Amino acid sequence: MFRAALRLSVSGARSLTRSPPQYAAPLAARCYSHGKQETDEEFDARWITYFNKPDIDAWELRKGMNTLIGYDLVPEPKILDAALRACRRLNDLASAIRILEAVKDKSGPHKDIYPYVIQELRPTLTELGIPTPEELGIDKV
Amino acid sequence: MLHLTTGRLGSLLSRRAVVALSCSSVKMSTHGHEVSEQADMSLPMYWDRLDTPLPDKPYQDTLTAADKSLKQKEMGPWTNLSKEEKLALYRLMFKATYAEMRKPSSEWKTVMGGIFFFIGVTGLVVLWQRFYMYPPHPQTLDDEWKAKQVKRMLDMRINPVEGFSSNWDYEKGHWK
Repeated sequence: MFRAALRLSVSGARSLTRSPPQYAAPLAARCYSHGKQETDEEFDARWITYFNKPDIDAWELRKGMNTLIGYDLVPEPKILDAALRACRRLNDLASAIRILEAVKDKSGPHKDIYPYVIQELRPTLTELGIPTPEELGIDKV
Repeated sequence: MLHLTTGRLGSLLSRRAVVALSCSSVKMSTHGHEVSEQADMSLPMYWDRLDTPLPDKPYQDTLTAADKSLKQKEMGPWTNLSKEEKLALYRLMFKATYAEMRKPSSEWKTVMGGIFFFIGVTGLVVLWQRFYMYPPHPQTLDDEWKAKQVKRMLDMRINPVEGFSSNWDYEKGHWK
């Protein structure tokens, strides 16, 4: 968690050009002196598997999304891709747009995260026909 | 001792619950439709929260025929939907966008205005009190009295070493 925060605050936009930044933090942010800490990749994989469930239902989508937004991190584009595809299977366009809004909100003061996420998700967005909040004009009041 | 207190508490709570129930039923029968109904907390609720993007139920649950046909169209490829249709689908599901949730209100102006207003009213009350309630001015606070008081203190040599009278030059007759 601190590693990610430091990387974000110190490098800022520079880190984007170097490599896709890991904005996810380890799940077990409690200070265990022993016990396995989940790595970022394991965390991502777990959530992608969750959203990739073929027969995911609406409750599971909502629960998963609300929980994910509750964490102190911005989800990786690949997790969001799985979530958007879950929205597609559930025929829920509004939730897909809401997810994008939530990601932008989660980024907080770090204004470079959301454009990066949209850039990574652009193929999925065009494939599924999901507009960004900016395209619909709902990012402004 | 413990079960006695819990028993008493239980009877108190049950009494209060009954009172509340009877109160609300009386209100419902005599007043008719008041300001807003109480939300049924036992059913899924809608909310606009930044930290919980997807609420338990859509905003609009009663759909018109046009809405229903739009929902049917949503089941097909979303690329077939126009921008207005996509926006309409969003508005069916959600009340406020994130931008609207974050919009600052002018409530602070009302609060500050109210604060200053009541401070002003208090000031007026104090002013009225000063003219109509204060007792007569004590003569011991007049400049003439205070001068005589200081002269008496100097004559008595109050704190002559390091205090009051030490600041008076007795030879020259003025303050040092």
